[in-house]
Amino acid sequence: MGRITLDKVTKRFGTAEVIPPLDLTIEDGEFTVFVGPSGCGKSTLLRLIAGLEDVSSGQIRIDGEDATMTPPAKRGLAMVFQSYALYPHMSVRKNIAFPMKMAKMPQEEQDRRIASAAKALNLTDYLERRPGQLSGGQRQRVAIGRAIVREPSAFLFDEPLSNLDAALRVGMRLEISELHKRLQTTMVYVTHDQVEAMTMADKIVVLRAGYVEQVGSPLDLYHAPQNIFVAGFIGSPKMNFIEGAEAAKYNAHTIGVRPEHIAISDSEGPWSGVVGVSEHLGSDTFFHIHNTGLAETITVRADGEVGFRHGDRVHLSPRTDVIHRFDAEGLRINA
Amino acid sequence: MATQHSRSAARIMMAPAVILLLGWMLVPLTMTVLFSFKKYLPLRGGDLGWVGFDNYVRFVSSSAFWPSVQVTLVIVGGVLAITVALGVLLALLLDQPMWGQGIVRILVIAPFFVMPTVSALVWKNMFMDPVNGLFAHLWKFFGAEPVSWLSEASIQSIIMIVSWQWLPFATLILLTAIQSLDSEQLEASEMDGASPLARFGYIILPHLGRAITVVVLIQTIFLLSIFAEIYVTTQGAFGTRTLTFLIFQRVLESQNVGLGSAGGVYAIILANIVAAFLMRIVGKNLDS
Repeated sequence: MGRITLDKVTKRFGTAEVIPPLDLTIEDGEFTVFVGPSGCGKSTLLRLIAGLEDVSSGQIRIDGEDATMTPPAKRGLAMVFQSYALYPHMSVRKNIAFPMKMAKMPQEEQDRRIASAAKALNLTDYLERRPGQLSGGQRQRVAIGRAIVREPSAFLFDEPLSNLDAALRVGMRLEISELHKRLQTTMVYVTHDQVEAMTMADKIVVLRAGYVEQVGSPLDLYHAPQNIFVAGFIGSPKMNFIEGAEAAKYNAHTIGVRPEHIAISDSEGPWSGVVGVSEHLGSDTFFHIHNTGLAETITVRADGEVGFRHGDRVHLSPRTDVIHRFDAEGLRINA
Repeated sequence: MATQHSRSAARIMMAPAVILLLGWMLVPLTMTVLFSFKKYLPLRGGDLGWVGFDNYVRFVSSSAFWPSVQVTLVIVGGVLAITVALGVLLALLLDQPMWGQGIVRILVIAPFFVMPTVSALVWKNMFMDPVNGLFAHLWKFFGAEPVSWLSEASIQSIIMIVSWQWLPFATLILLTAIQSLDSEQLEASEMDGASPLARFGYIILPHLGRAITVVVLIQTIFLLSIFAEIYVTTQGAFGTRTLTFLIFQRVLESQNVGLGSAGGVYAIILANIVAAFLMRIVGKNLDS
């Protein structure tokens, strides 16, 4: 079991309020991702749940029991740190065994759990090595192994992939997702990378300056962002925002159109502009269009290779059924 | 080629410094070795010619030799134990956030700036004097008989004085080492259920291993040759005659340069034996 409830939790460092009163429920077995720009309080929130920081007020409940004042080790949670935080002078085996040794678990049970974790994480050949002799991805797996053997009620991940290179990150992302499918344990995952959030999460919590901007499934957030911040944060490339006369046509202060919802052509379309930079990814091409008279640049995604060049005059047609409308406060106007 | 040229130019440029340093070391060493094979009594006839290994045999067979080696090792060992143990504790304490941290740190370092002669005099007269010393007053306040430190507990007193001087050095190096410990490691161990004591034993102490090695090695080099503290306090009496002090007495009090030089060569050998042992015991910490 691993149901985590935050009830009006706040955190202040001196006079600075990092987390204003915040309510949140993380259901048992759910993969929840906290996402937001750096400094939004997502790591602090995770550390509050872990017990590494004390809440200033409010209550944290784990499986219905008040855990606000419970020391970290007694909360039944395991954490994977950004720097992995492996113990450099211990072998991989001793690193993984450490939490069990602290819990004074019988040796046979320890050996059994180490063996099964090592097997699951492909670490069997590395058990006698020191962390310094491992690659980034292997260290990451050791850190996960150290968390798994405790059989915690929830895993907490603090930006675990940010120290890995791009290729490894995609691989580890899949491994963590698969681990979640297999263990069916609650996982709370902090990242600033919206791609990680979209691909891994059951539930995404978008944070800005300590405030929860929106909670929902990845596709909820993609299809119905509650405000401009979420709309701009979720989705890659970023949503285009247009203000002024064009937005007024839709009875909105601002309208948002995703790059993938704009068709590009050389002859027809209500908007027009000049091609600036184009990014060719093979499967997609991103065009940055200037001089549209609507916004600084409009980003457009086209399928495959499209033969427009720098300086070409092009016409754009947005899909009117998926235009997002926002009022002057930046909040979503529902149809 | 330019690189070849500049390399030889660099050698020529460095040569004066290298030659000077080498000479600085080699000339006294060679002279010590030379004198150790001579009967050389400056006030009683001067250079009386070669005597082979006579000086070496005499120095070792003197009843003062082995006790002096023992005293040297006891002082070095005692000071090392005290400075490392207290240094770790003090470093842990100073690493805690507190009000006036900067000033406290400077105060802790202060003893290191006091010259050995001065600190020994201060300790001897202000603290350890059996009549007027602070300790004597403290003892009397509790109704106890004042201890005449330097004659009754002479070796302990000297260990105490020297430890006081070297504690800041140990603390400083260990403090920087503690500050370099990744705080996430401590947090991870906290989440893993390690008690504060276990965190110290399993995480902090192993992390400090290398720094402790450095402290032990550097201090040993300097502690093997402590002299001023003994000269100012006990003059080598009450069982505080170290090897260094014995050599001093042979050369200057007995005016026997040859015998003292032989002692000097023994001191070099002893220092190397101690260094070899230390490297064997703690040197593995310096690998990897």
